[in-house]
Amino acid sequence: MTDTRLEPREASDEAPRGRAPARRARFWTLRRTDAATGYLFIAPQLIGVLVFVVVPVGLAIWYSLNEWNIFTGELEYVGGGNYQAALDDPQLPSVLGATAVFSGGVVVLNLVLGLALAVMLNRRFKGAVLFRTLFFSPVVVSVVAWTLVWGFLLQDNGGINGVLEQLGVDGPNWLQSGPTAMIAVTFTQVVRSVGINMVLFLAALQGVPGELYEAARLDGASSRSVFFRITLPLISPTLLLTAIITIVGALQSFAQIAVLTEGGPGLSTTVLVYYVFQQAFSFNDIGYGSTLALMLLTFVMVLTVIQWQLRRKWVFYED
Amino acid sequence: MPNTAKKLVSALALGTVAVAAGCGGTAPASSENVDLRMTVWTSNEDQLALFDSIADAYIADHPEVESITFESLPFEEYNTTLTTQIAGGNAPDLAWMGDLSADLIDSGALVPLTEAFEGTEGWGYDDLLPSVTGEFSRDDELYAYPFSNSPFALYVNTDLLAEADQTLDPANLTWDQVSAIGSAVHTATGKGGFVVNDFNYSSWNTLATVWTAFGASAWNEDGTECGFDSPEMTEAFTFLHDAIYVDESMPGPGTTADFFAGDSAFAIAQVSRAGNLDGSFAYDIQPLPAGPAGDYSVIGQAGMGVLQSSANVEAATEFLAFLTNPENAEKLAQYFPPPRASLQTGEALAANNDKFTAEQLQTVVVDQLPGAVTLPNHTNPAEVAQTGKTALDAMWAADADVPAVLASVCDAIDPLLAK
Repeated sequence: MTDTRLEPREASDEAPRGRAPARRARFWTLRRTDAATGYLFIAPQLIGVLVFVVVPVGLAIWYSLNEWNIFTGELEYVGGGNYQAALDDPQLPSVLGATAVFSGGVVVLNLVLGLALAVMLNRRFKGAVLFRTLFFSPVVVSVVAWTLVWGFLLQDNGGINGVLEQLGVDGPNWLQSGPTAMIAVTFTQVVRSVGINMVLFLAALQGVPGELYEAARLDGASSRSVFFRITLPLISPTLLLTAIITIVGALQSFAQIAVLTEGGPGLSTTVLVYYVFQQAFSFNDIGYGSTLALMLLTFVMVLTVIQWQLRRKWVFYED
Repeated sequence: MPNTAKKLVSALALGTVAVAAGCGGTAPASSENVDLRMTVWTSNEDQLALFDSIADAYIADHPEVESITFESLPFEEYNTTLTTQIAGGNAPDLAWMGDLSADLIDSGALVPLTEAFEGTEGWGYDDLLPSVTGEFSRDDELYAYPFSNSPFALYVNTDLLAEADQTLDPANLTWDQVSAIGSAVHTATGKGGFVVNDFNYSSWNTLATVWTAFGASAWNEDGTECGFDSPEMTEAFTFLHDAIYVDESMPGPGTTADFFAGDSAFAIAQVSRAGNLDGSFAYDIQPLPAGPAGDYSVIGQAGMGVLQSSANVEAATEFLAFLTNPENAEKLAQYFPPPRASLQTGEALAANNDKFTAEQLQTVVVDQLPGAVTLPNHTNPAEVAQTGKTALDAMWAADADVPAVLASVCDAIDPLLAK
């Protein structure tokens, strides 16, 4: 049987036989124009990602397969040698442990404290604006300046121990023992960055419809039930966003470690990103540094994907 | 492939090749319009002005050299910045170097200088003190001019000693005496006893200014065997540990005590740090105190070399020979203790030094240089330093097991020394 359906005009440049020649199809159809416009709009971002993300990641993969003598410029292909070195590195388990403790501490404290502050400041009381400004102001302070000041305060004969002494407490030598050094770097990171989460949570809280609280109260719901059954589900998209931002930020924390402890004492505060810096730029082992950087990239990606997948279970979307 | 696409691909390929050639390639050496660049870590305007004036004099006689730039990099990031420049294909023609010299020499990144210096009329190669060229030489070939050879000395805050009713006996100066007086000053005034400048419980190589007094060294002469587990080193670190936690004559970790701000009785620091003395307290300077191994001296060095990657190796080497000739070496000596025997007199050094007398400079500089040892330096200095520090951190606790910690330092750095 012969198919008698009409072919779309764009499908063939050949004019149908026995008819007047058709006009040549236009290249810039509406669909193509729309697509080109779209690509033009995203081009700046796309070029940025290409130049500053895709190309460097590609180079890092290449460097991780090589030993690079930066003094002579010689590149020697070593295949999986750097990956094997990572498996054999006796310091890496301690570094990963410190990374987990630091990142976990920062994420939990940051989210809990950020949410608590937001809930507190969501209630209208005198001075709320002042407190909001106070908690947010560290966010806009240079991270190095912030850390340097804390470095002085955390000295054995520094400001914090001076205050503790006035209270009759013999403060520890904060940056000179492993546990207190980890507490110190975690604390300075949390205090500096909690303001941004607080503001995001505050915006989310103010978007929760008041009638839901009113209905809950009429039904006799306790404050605890209201928080866990109304507030938390409704701000869960923001919770997801802040969790991702905070985890990525914690894994990237560098200046606090570099300025406050230089990874010490021992390896107690040597987090992965600082270890990458040491290997690549202090020890000039670009190949091994690139291998560790790819490991860090993988961690960030896996954690983000896990969170993104989990959102279906615990993130509430009104639509 | 349509024509337009072919043209685009060709243009892209050509562009890539052009960019690659521009970025990765080395410009051909030119005998005209030569621009030289030297990285330095000083930002002192007087020192930079001196370098500029010497460069101007050189350019006046060498029209092929268009400019000589001294690029001042922050001291703390100097090694990282220099290596990044080298890795990025933007290496300077000449560079100052400290502990990076071993890596640069061993990797063949520096131009040999002996022949060039010997071939320069009136340069006087034999005038260089053998004790200061070793750090920058391999197989009798010099790779960097040791322009700064600053001995470590004992700075004394005589005001603090007087406040604590303490008197120093320079004729019998020992570490035990320094520790005892430091402890007394701390008890009487609350200020620190003695500090090793720049140590900060991190840069352990500066402790060579102490452990050499006990006959210890970080590793053997060829840098293949760790010396931290030796009895001499154990004795040295036991002394330091007791000074911190028993006698309290040395400020502990995390305690700030800046000698130059008047916060401690003594400081071990290089003579070149005298510029930090602002006259706010009375001071004295003495050679390093003797220890069980007797008298000794330690110097901190800096060198100037030419990088092989320079497009103008010949011009750069020629300029370095000019910059370091006897006449200019004398000018540089006002800031940097010189490597030339002919300039080694207290009077010569005092001519440009208003902090110390000729007699003091004779004692703490001139008399110390011939027998001086350098701070420990090894190939891959940053990794050796960091790995050693990571292990040594356990030392800075009151209940530390000194021999065990020192053994762990050897365990940590042995694989690096064996490389």
